[in-house]
Amino acid sequence: MNAKLPAAAVVACLLAASTAHAQIKIAVIQELSGTGATAGTNFKNGVDLAVKEINAAGGILGQKLDATFEDTQSNPGVAKGLALKAVDDGAFAVFGPTFSGSMLVSMAQTRRAEVPNFTGADAATLTQQGNPYIFRTSFTQLISMPRVAHYLASALKARRVAVIFVNNDFGKGGRDAFVKAAVAAGLTVTADVSTEAGQLDFSAPVLKARQSDPDALFVYTNEEESARCLRELRKQAFARPIVGETTLAGQRVIELAGAAANGVLAHVGLTVDAPIPAVHEFRARFEKAYKYVPDHNGIKGYTSVFFLKAGIEAAGKLDRVAVARALHGLKIRAAKQPGVLMDVAIDDHGDLDRASFIVQVKDGKQEVKEVLPPVARF
Amino acid sequence: MTRRSHWLIGGAAAVVLLGAPGLLRGYGVYLLGYWLVFVVATMGLNLTVGYAGQVSLGHAAFLGVGAYSVAIAMKAGCSFWLGLPVAAALCFVLGLGLGFPALRVQSIYLAFATLGFNVAMWLVMRNEEWLTGGTSGINDVGRPAVLGWSLSGSLAYYYFELAVAAVLGALLWRLLRSPWGKAFTALRDNPIRAESLGIDVQAYTLLAFAIGAAYAGVAGALFAGLVQFVEPTPFSLGASFLMYLMVVVGGAGSFFGPAVGAAVGVLLPEWLRFAQGWYLVAFGACVVLLVRWLPGGLLGIPDRVRARRARAAAATRGRP
Amino acid sequence: MADFLQLLVSGLATGSIYALAGLGFTLLWQASGTLNFAQGEFVMLPAFGILALSGLGLPLPVAFAVTCAVAVVVLGWGFKRGIADPLLRSGHMPVVVATLGLSIALRNAVRAGYSAEAHPFPSVFGDDLFHIAGVVVTRIDLGTLAAALVLVLGTQAFLARTVTGRAMQAVAQDPDSAVVVGIDVPRMILYAFAVNAVLACAAALLVTPTYLAKFDMGESLGTKAFFAAVIGGFNNARGTLLGGIVVGVCENLAAAYVSASYKDAVALALFLFVLLVRPQGLLGKPVERRV
Repeated sequence: MNAKLPAAAVVACLLAASTAHAQIKIAVIQELSGTGATAGTNFKNGVDLAVKEINAAGGILGQKLDATFEDTQSNPGVAKGLALKAVDDGAFAVFGPTFSGSMLVSMAQTRRAEVPNFTGADAATLTQQGNPYIFRTSFTQLISMPRVAHYLASALKARRVAVIFVNNDFGKGGRDAFVKAAVAAGLTVTADVSTEAGQLDFSAPVLKARQSDPDALFVYTNEEESARCLRELRKQAFARPIVGETTLAGQRVIELAGAAANGVLAHVGLTVDAPIPAVHEFRARFEKAYKYVPDHNGIKGYTSVFFLKAGIEAAGKLDRVAVARALHGLKIRAAKQPGVLMDVAIDDHGDLDRASFIVQVKDGKQEVKEVLPPVARF
Repeated sequence: MTRRSHWLIGGAAAVVLLGAPGLLRGYGVYLLGYWLVFVVATMGLNLTVGYAGQVSLGHAAFLGVGAYSVAIAMKAGCSFWLGLPVAAALCFVLGLGLGFPALRVQSIYLAFATLGFNVAMWLVMRNEEWLTGGTSGINDVGRPAVLGWSLSGSLAYYYFELAVAAVLGALLWRLLRSPWGKAFTALRDNPIRAESLGIDVQAYTLLAFAIGAAYAGVAGALFAGLVQFVEPTPFSLGASFLMYLMVVVGGAGSFFGPAVGAAVGVLLPEWLRFAQGWYLVAFGACVVLLVRWLPGGLLGIPDRVRARRARAAAATRGRP
Repeated sequence: MADFLQLLVSGLATGSIYALAGLGFTLLWQASGTLNFAQGEFVMLPAFGILALSGLGLPLPVAFAVTCAVAVVVLGWGFKRGIADPLLRSGHMPVVVATLGLSIALRNAVRAGYSAEAHPFPSVFGDDLFHIAGVVVTRIDLGTLAAALVLVLGTQAFLARTVTGRAMQAVAQDPDSAVVVGIDVPRMILYAFAVNAVLACAAALLVTPTYLAKFDMGESLGTKAFFAAVIGGFNNARGTLLGGIVVGVCENLAAAYVSASYKDAVALALFLFVLLVRPQGLLGKPVERRV
C-alpha cells in the first residue's frame, strides 16, 4: 500500500515535468535600447500581452507559450548573435528584429535553421529573397507607398510633392519607395530633403520644401522629429496638405506636436484609432497593462503571435516546416481568430494583404477618412 | 609574477581559446569571434593610448574603413586576401593623414580631433550610397578560403580570427621589445623629456597612431567576415567610446589589457542579460565601479600589488 | 533675404539650446579638469525629474526647485565624491571612462525604469508666434535665447566679479598655487560641481520643451554641446554661447544652401578647423604645456 504512494508521486512528477517541458518556445529579439528602442519596446510589449492572453486561454494546441525577450541594442552584429542563440535554444518561432538591417542578418540564421521568423521591418527586400520562413506583420513599403501616392494624386489632386525624410535605414527606405511610387503615379518630386535622426531645427528643411512650391508635402521621419517638423511647418505657416505614412499621424506624434498636428493626413496600416471595436478593446487592455497608449509597433507585436497561432492551428501540429507552409496563402479572419484584430491574408512571399486607412488628425485625435480594402476576398 | 606563472596562465588561456569553441554552440562561437575582433582593434588602440600615451576617441572610424574596404572589394569580385591588406594599408595611411595635423595639438585636443574624425567618417559611410550602400549597407559579405578550404563555417572562421589575432599579437610583442617600443614608452611617460633625449616625438607618435589604425583596419576586415553585413551603426562615436573604455578597463599599457578589456566590453553585457531590461544599467555601473577601484585597469592589479609591496618594504627599511 | 534671416534666427535659438547644455561642461573642465561625457545625461535626468514631479501634481516652479536641490546633491556632490575625486588623481582619462559608463547606466536606467517613449514637456514660455521683419519667431525661441544670455553672462560675472568666482578661477588655473594663497581648493571644486548641476537643471527646463523628454536625448545633446564648448572656447563661458550659436546657425545654412545630408559635417569641419588652428577656441585663452 505504502509503496504505491511514492510511485504515484513519481509518476505525477514525471507527468508534470513532461507537460512543463511541452511548451512552445518563442524568442523575441527586438531593439530595446539604442535608436530603435521606442519601436522595439512597443513590439515587445505587444508580444508580451498576446502571450499572456493566449496562455490564459489555454495556449496553442494545449501547450503554453514560453517567450524570452532579448535586446539587439539596435546593432545588426548583436542581432545576428541573438538569432544564433535563439536557434541554439531551439526556439519554435522568432519575432523580430524590427530594424531592417538587423532583420537581414537574423533571417539568414533562422532560414538556415528553418525557424519561422516574424518581423515588423518595412524594407521591401526582405521578402524578395525567396526565404520561406519570413513573415511580415505590417505592409511592405512597396504596398503602403503606392497607396499614399495614389491618394495624393487622386484625392488631393496633387501634381507636385516635396519630401522630407530622416536619413537612416527606416527613413531612407521609405523615401526611396515613396519617390518610386510617386513617379509611377505621375507626380513630380519638387524637393527631396534629408534630415538627421535627433535633428532639432527643421527651419532649413521646411524652408527648402516651401521654396519648391509643392502641392503637398510628404514627411517620413521618426516620432520626435515628426513633432518638431510639424511645429516648424505651423510656424512657417505652410498651407498645403501634409501627408505621411503611419508615424506622422500616430498618437505619440499628436501628443508631442500638440496643435501643430491638426490637419495632418496619413496612410496607416495599423492604428489604435481604427473604427474597429477589437482594436479599441486591444488598446484598452494594453493601456491597462503597460500604462501608455501603444503605437503601430505594439499592434504588430500583438497580432504576430496570433499569426503564429493561426499557422499552428492550420497545420495541426507543432512542426516548424509545416507551420511555415500552412502560413503561406493563409487567410485569417478576425471573426475566427480575434487576436489578429483585422482580416489578413499572407501570401507565398510572407507579405500581408489587409485593409488600411487614410486618417486625418482633428482636434488632437485621429479620424478615419477612408478605408482601403484588402485585395483578397475574405 | 614569476615566469612560471606566466607560462601556466598562458597555457591555460591557449587551451581555453583553442578548445572551448568546440564545446559551444553557434551563439557562443559567434560571441567569441566578436570578442576577437575587438581584441585586435583594442591592441591597436592600446598602442596609441597605453604605450604612446595619446588619446584617440575615433578608433571606430578605422574599424569601419577596414570593414567597408573588405566588403566593397569582395562585392567587386576581389578576394578577401586582397581586401585584408588593402584595409590595413588604407587605415595606416588614413592614420598618418589624421595624425599629422592632429598631433600638433595637445592631448586633450587630439581627443576631440579624433572624435570629430569619427563623426566625419560615419557621415561619409552613411551618405555615400554609391560606395557603401548608405543606410542599407552591404549584405552577404563572403568569408575567405585558404588553399581551397572554405572558412565560412562558424568554427573555421573563429580559428581564422584566432590565428590573425595571434599573429598580430606576436608582431606587437616584437615591436614593443624593439627600440621602437622603448621609444613609445618613453613618449608615454614624459614626451618633453623624451624629446630632450633626442627622440623624434612627432615621428614616433605618428607611427603609433598609424599602426593602431592599421590594426583596427584588420579588425574591421574580420568584423565584415563575421557579421557578413556592413552598415554604419557599429562604427559610430559610441563604438569608439566603448573601445576606449575597453582599453582603460583592461589596463592601458599592459600587453594583455586589450584581451581583458574586450572581454569586459563584449562579453560582460551578454553575461548580464539575465538582468533583463536593466542589463545595460548593470554594465554601466560595473564599468564605473571597475574604473573607480582599478583606475589602472584590471591588469593594473599586479602593478598595484607590486607598488603596495614596494611601499611596505620601503617603510620597513626606513624604520630606525 | 527673409529666408536667410529665418534660418539665422532659428539657428540662434537652437544654438542657445546647445550652449545651455554645454555651459556646465566648460565650467567643470576649467575648475577641476573633469571631462564629463555624461553631461547630456546630466540634462536628461533633471528633465525627467521635473516631468515626474509635475506628473505628481506639483506646479512647475516647485518641481524645478526640488529637482535642482536633488541635482546639486546627486549630480553635484555625489558625482564629485563618488567619481571625480577618486579618479582625478589618476589623470584625466579614467574620469572620461567613468563618465562614459555613467552615461550608459543613466540612459538605460531611465529607459528601463521610466519609459522608452518620448514625452512632451511643459514650457515656461507660451507657444505664440511673433512676426518681426518678415521672420517668424516663437516665444520659446526668444525666451530660450534670452535665458541663455542671462545664464552665460551671469556665470561669467560670477566667475570674474565675486570672490568665490575668482577663487574658482584661481583653482582652475593652478590648484597648487591656489592652496598656497589660502584658497580652500576642495570647496571651490565642490562649488563648480554644484553650479554645473544647477546649470544642467536650468538647461533641462529650457531645452526639453523643444527637445522632448526621451531617455536618449542626452546623446545627441551632449555631442552638440561638446562641439559648441570646444568651438567657442573650452575655458570660457561666453565662448560656449558663441560656439553654440555658431553651430546652430551654420547647421541651418548648410542644410539649406549646401547639402542637407552633410549638414552635421559643417559644425564638424568648424570644430576640426578650430582645433587645428586655434585649439583654445574662438574666445578661449591659450593653454600652456607643462613639463
